[in-house]
Amino acid sequence: MELLAPVEAFFGPAWPLVWSLAKIVAIVLPLMVSVAYLTFAERKVIGYMQVRLGPNRVGPKGLLQPIADALKLMTKEIIVPTGANPFLFVLAPVLSIMPALAAWAVIPFEPDVVLADVNAGLLYVMAITSMGVYGVIIAGWASNSKYAFLGSLRSAAQIVSYEIAMGFALVGVLMMSHSLNLSEIVRRQDGSLGLLSWNWVPLFPMFLVYLISGVAETNRAPFDVAEGESEIVAGFHVEYSGMAFAVFFLAEYANMILVSSLTAIMFLGGWLSPIPGLPSSFLWLLLKVAAVLFCFLWFRATFPRYRYDQIMRLGWKVFIPVTLVWLLVIGGWMQTPLWPW
Amino acid sequence: MSIADAVFYGFAAILLFAGLRVITARNPVHAALYLVLAFVTAAGLWMLLEAEFLAIALVLVYVGAVMVLFLFVVMMLDINLDRMREGYWDWLVPALVVAGIMVVEMAVILAGRYFRVEGLAPPAPKPDGFSNTDALGRLLYVDYVYPFELASVLLLVAIVAAIALTLRARKDSRYVDPAVQVAVRRADRVRLVAMVSEKPAAPAAEGPTS
Repeated sequence: MELLAPVEAFFGPAWPLVWSLAKIVAIVLPLMVSVAYLTFAERKVIGYMQVRLGPNRVGPKGLLQPIADALKLMTKEIIVPTGANPFLFVLAPVLSIMPALAAWAVIPFEPDVVLADVNAGLLYVMAITSMGVYGVIIAGWASNSKYAFLGSLRSAAQIVSYEIAMGFALVGVLMMSHSLNLSEIVRRQDGSLGLLSWNWVPLFPMFLVYLISGVAETNRAPFDVAEGESEIVAGFHVEYSGMAFAVFFLAEYANMILVSSLTAIMFLGGWLSPIPGLPSSFLWLLLKVAAVLFCFLWFRATFPRYRYDQIMRLGWKVFIPVTLVWLLVIGGWMQTPLWPW
Repeated sequence: MSIADAVFYGFAAILLFAGLRVITARNPVHAALYLVLAFVTAAGLWMLLEAEFLAIALVLVYVGAVMVLFLFVVMMLDINLDRMREGYWDWLVPALVVAGIMVVEMAVILAGRYFRVEGLAPPAPKPDGFSNTDALGRLLYVDYVYPFELASVLLLVAIVAAIALTLRARKDSRYVDPAVQVAVRRADRVRLVAMVSEKPAAPAAEGPTS
């Protein structure tokens, strides 16, 4: 902080604002770069899984492909269809990327390295991410198109259903950590057992429920009926082009990274090192997030799309009962002397 | 005027505008979206009162779930705005009477001797690190645990009753039970028949000879 003193004096009373903005930029810029390279990683990973090479022409080993894609999307025209509601049509992508970025305010990267260390961090994340569905709904309605509308209805029903299972899985995390603060949740997983003292061991069924619900919440394959290329063309963003379309894409991938980070923080010990003795650091968090993200790509390359009624059945009749039963199990188990954590 | 005051007046203005638009917007979808805006702004006001748990719960429950389902229904309505406008003026007088009665009732309560807002001391600012969640949890699960549980059971009964009243299972819908589907074994579907291999018949004479 001493180094920044002259800068602080220069800005005077506006300093807190400038400093917060600087921190926001320090989070959002790397995030955007990660999103760009996540799309590249997805194409490469799926390529290798399907025994082909993936993009390898732009730049060394195809590494500049995402930059080329971004430039292409930025120079394309944004077409507003006839009969669409222009204001809501433009608002929808903004509404879908806002939650994907705003939720990062409470994500802890290391001890005390967090933009806003709020007590109700977990609730904040749930509230903000639950607003993401508005982008999809409004896009579908404002496009004035049947396919877009069908996609948005499917997506709304799916997101609302899986949020409940997700919320119950998080109740388990709350019981383990006695706190809604995400930094505190990570600190509580610090034990002598290394990776066995993390939440995923006692909460294993909830860990699986959370991971799968995360895939469903982000509308990724095999839960991507909202897009469903073979049935409803591309779902809610079928009428979007150029940068407006790209913003939906950014939001989807930013949401994937967000859900992976939350999984890493709540079930996989955040920045803690898996082996006792090795130092805990931000790099561990990165590794865990990358591992979860790889699962997302792996699912997409492996599983066929769920049928719509099967998705609903899985959410309501399988996941919610599983989490409810496990809540009772954990609650009872914690009261016995056999509780090792 | 402090920053908190400025934020309060800003949010209050937005809230009033959004509330007005909820009842004046002609398109029901727009009205529902203004209602969402009103909820989010109200959550901001609660945040100013240091009630962060309630504020976030408002966004989580009303914005994140209730309004989504609301929009879901409103978007599917086939609305003819002209037909809805029919008879607007005929109903104006009864509506004004009802509204007038409501205003008088509210005035009696709010301006009476039971609701002295101006007589209340402003809430003391909470110390740093005060957790609303802890305080609420203590109230709900320690101090008022029986009334709270009673209310929850009442709600549960209401849910069961509402579902039981509206649930109509179609008799003719064909549905595969996934449990049965998963339990299927090869032996249920494929029958392997053992049979003696037959000798190939003597070469037929009809083919062209090579």
